[in-house]
Amino acid sequence: MNISRRRLITTGVAAAAGVAGLAAASRIARKHGLVPPDGCSLYGPGETLTYAAQRLLTRHSLAREFPRSMISSVPFANEIAKPTEAFKHHQAAGFSTWRLTVDGMVAHPTAFSLSDLKTLPTHSQITEVVCEEGWSYVAEWIGTPLANVLNQVGVLPQTRYIVYYASEHYLWGSIDMADAMHPQTLLAMGMNDGDLPVKFGGPLRIRVPRQLGYKSLKFLTHITATDSLKHFGKGLGSVDPEYGYSWYAGI
Amino acid sequence: MATTSPAPVAVTRRHTVLVRVTHWLTVISFFALLITGAEIVVSHPRFYWGETGNSGTTPLFKIPIPASRDTVPTGYNYVLPDQNGWSRYLHFEAAWVLVLTGLVYVAAGLITAHFRKNLLPTPAARSLRAIREVFAKYLRRAPPGEAESHSYNVVQRIAYLSVIFVLFPFVIWTGLALSPSFDSAMPATVNLLGGRQSARTLHFFVSGLLVIFLVAHVTMISLAGFWSRTRAMITGRVKLPSEHRDSRGELRRE
Repeated sequence: MNISRRRLITTGVAAAAGVAGLAAASRIARKHGLVPPDGCSLYGPGETLTYAAQRLLTRHSLAREFPRSMISSVPFANEIAKPTEAFKHHQAAGFSTWRLTVDGMVAHPTAFSLSDLKTLPTHSQITEVVCEEGWSYVAEWIGTPLANVLNQVGVLPQTRYIVYYASEHYLWGSIDMADAMHPQTLLAMGMNDGDLPVKFGGPLRIRVPRQLGYKSLKFLTHITATDSLKHFGKGLGSVDPEYGYSWYAGI
Repeated sequence: MATTSPAPVAVTRRHTVLVRVTHWLTVISFFALLITGAEIVVSHPRFYWGETGNSGTTPLFKIPIPASRDTVPTGYNYVLPDQNGWSRYLHFEAAWVLVLTGLVYVAAGLITAHFRKNLLPTPAARSLRAIREVFAKYLRRAPPGEAESHSYNVVQRIAYLSVIFVLFPFVIWTGLALSPSFDSAMPATVNLLGGRQSARTLHFFVSGLLVIFLVAHVTMISLAGFWSRTRAMITGRVKLPSEHRDSRGELRRE
């Protein structure tokens, strides 16, 4: 084997340019918030490419909506944990005691009851629930867009993520502002013309139809606006990466 | 600077650096996609047609294996270990490697006329008779001729072109159709395939066709001489059959 000096120099220059290019790309991605909170693992490059590409291509796009005739006659209710005593008390009170607390980077932290939420403009959508396992169903979801609630409490301009918790606090997730302010991101209280059944996350569930089902957390009780996810859980953006699942589930 | 050797060995260039690097990157990402894809299927080994499908609806077909989730009615009364998390992370990362590698390969292949020169069947070979002759030779188990050490026959060319321009684009399309966010920007991606569950089923079938190609490809390489063909795809060079006996076999720099 013999490697000419010219080849060595060309290869060296190309490698240096490659490393510099990657460093620059990474800096630009960070500056524009295109690196997901779980973007520092072995799978970080893939996750960052996916999230950045989706944010550049699909920031304002709308999830597919379906005609009423396509609503699944057999929506699949995924497994839920056994209801706690506290949940049973809420249920016995017809969920009149249920509260959605909104705090963090907001001008007016507020605790909303379900009837408070129902006074906000309602919106309904017929969208597909898509599970990471592969199955899916179409249902109508009725509620108020998350954006309405965020505008009501005066979310501060430096907010970058909305963190949300289920009644059992070990279940939590977060979305960026593109998804939080998206017109189809819904605080759902109704499903298929009735109240949202408990097995589908009732009385209150978030629906993020442009992402997989596991981002649409059931039994919503608490929302926090923040500019950084570092101090939530292990800093990976949601409980899902702690179990090995990606934070961004738009794929 | 050429190395001097007492008896120059006839060595021809077989594959360009571009072809070799993209080939092995494709091999690595394909295996990652295959293994992780299989793990993801295990979480719901049922397939449907149309827009929706779940454990409460009738499947198009089922793979007769236990699932890694206890909500799937498989009838086995046994739940496999759940490997979906890392499988999904790796599946999408490997998909990026495959897609970016493919883009570089196709762009360079067009610029350097690689497809026209090496993969498009030669005018003389564009006939059913030529194709039949190749198959007849395969069936007779005739050893590959000298020409096949440095160029592809018409059947190989058709197979490679189909994989590059039909199967891979289709597996990428059906895969992208499973992304709810990508579909929001380009709904035709999934609608043209007849719905989300149809896209998932087609993704599975196209992957199956790619596996069939892989098995055929490795079988043919083994019949032609696994190590000499694999060496050619690594070093880019091939020794002509007449020189095989030369044990010194030093590579000559051109």
